[in-house]
Amino acid sequence: MNAAVPAGLQGGLRRDLAVIAANIAPSSSVLDIGCGDGTLMAALRDGKDCDARGMELDPANVSLCVAKGLSVIQGDADKDLAFYPDKSVDYAILSQTLQTTMRPDMVLEELLRIGRKAFVSFPNFAHWRVRLSLLWGGRMPVTRLLPIPWYETPNIHHLTVDDFRALVKERGIKVEGCWFLSGGTKCSAAAANFRAEHAVFLLSRA
Amino acid sequence: MATAPILDQSNLLELAQPLPLDGGQSLPGARIAYETVGTLNPARDNAILITHALTGDHHVVSNHPKTGKPGWWVRMVGPGKPIDTNRFHVICANVIGSCMGSTGPASPAPDGQPWGMRFPVITIRDMVRAHVALLDALGIESLHAVVGGSMGGMQALSLAANFPGRARAALVIASTARHSAQNIAFHEVGRQAIMADPEWREGDYYAHGKGPEKGLSVARMAAHITYLSEAGLTEKFGRRLQDRAEKTFGFDADFQIESYLRYQGLSFTDRFDANSYLYITRAMDYFDLAEEHGGLLANAFTGSRARYCLVSFDTDWLYPTAESRNVVHALNAAGLPVSFMELSAPFGHDSFLLDVPALDRVVAGFLGEAR
Repeated sequence: MNAAVPAGLQGGLRRDLAVIAANIAPSSSVLDIGCGDGTLMAALRDGKDCDARGMELDPANVSLCVAKGLSVIQGDADKDLAFYPDKSVDYAILSQTLQTTMRPDMVLEELLRIGRKAFVSFPNFAHWRVRLSLLWGGRMPVTRLLPIPWYETPNIHHLTVDDFRALVKERGIKVEGCWFLSGGTKCSAAAANFRAEHAVFLLSRA
Repeated sequence: MATAPILDQSNLLELAQPLPLDGGQSLPGARIAYETVGTLNPARDNAILITHALTGDHHVVSNHPKTGKPGWWVRMVGPGKPIDTNRFHVICANVIGSCMGSTGPASPAPDGQPWGMRFPVITIRDMVRAHVALLDALGIESLHAVVGGSMGGMQALSLAANFPGRARAALVIASTARHSAQNIAFHEVGRQAIMADPEWREGDYYAHGKGPEKGLSVARMAAHITYLSEAGLTEKFGRRLQDRAEKTFGFDADFQIESYLRYQGLSFTDRFDANSYLYITRAMDYFDLAEEHGGLLANAFTGSRARYCLVSFDTDWLYPTAESRNVVHALNAAGLPVSFMELSAPFGHDSFLLDVPALDRVVAGFLGEAR
């Protein structure tokens, strides 16, 4: 189900971003929420001729984006999505940001209001390493993908693949695609909750 | 400075046609003073219009002819600078209503006497109409960008919204799409100070050799406070006394801040006309871009296809970040490409004129990226 990645697009992109980039139709309009330094947006603009807009909390990152010629506003996913019109982009993207929001469920609803489809990627808190760390250490896990201790991590709503599946089912959201990543490799949907470090979902309103 | 002094590029355009105004009147024989730097390319599409603030002028890089001070934005505009004159043809025009070269209340009316208070009340959009007339005269159909801070930002927004197609990008710094009650209140204090000065003579002071300098000075003092931040004032002056060890138990300028403000007020009267101050502050107070477009700001941008970038400063309480966000939300609703950031700088509203390296990067990045 994974489309071929255009040459020059995948190089340098984080794995979950590469999955998202590979599965976005050319010439789409995109809103990247929590776009960081604009790496994905630039790749989509340059590699797929997308009209990419972004939102980012950190002003230093916003400056980097503007310097790349990207249109990015400094804003907060919890507060500033309300000002985007309904169905104003083909894809709303939330990569590695859901777990940092105050109300992930509401942000998810906003994504699907603004975008005809939405990509969401997040770190899986039920990965076996995290489980082991908590089970044996009895402390909040600090792993390769979750490297920051509990008191200063921006991740305030940890979730698992199964948590996310339950949420989208409860909200009547359609899963159009899902990808599960562990290190450099993909893993199956069946084992994802245990084996995936990252999950990427493509969603739409049923 | 290491670079060679830039020659005064000051020019004067006299409009052949009367300039139509929002107030219903028109301004006959309007003159527009402007400065250009950098070469206009053969395609005539590398021009950047810089719009100035309330008491600014067109001397954006050249030395001011009266004060001898360097141009007001030399740190931003020049060869290799964020607004790079090796690449762009920069135009800066004095607004109508001003006293720095373009037609204003101190200029002669058709009867040869100074306009005084007979000068029509103008708006930000009227200033922009004059800029567009200048662009027409210069044969510039489409600007690479219009760039302005404070009142200059209002002109940039007005030009992009009301003259779609004339600018492919708009960079709006420390500005707003409408004057708030607090903005109007501070301006009204200034205007009342001028008009309460007996030397104002209902605006007809030009023949008397002396104007309402006390009133204008107080107006400037009040306004100057709004350009700075409390933290900035505390750091610069605190409660320190001016050239004395003790308080005098009198009303001299005991405190450094008093002395500073008095100096700012006084020196302002040497370079600015009191009636111009009345007219330009009025134009700013009347500015409400949404009101011009049926009350919905997003509607102002319906015809626009420009890229936008808005920048606010965290210590600016004159045009706080919320005002920029208001514009950003409207541009989002209109589906236009917009960037926005709040930069951290200690200098309050004046930050846009001062040393803020983050601003330089944003300006260079936004303007350098051709669509």
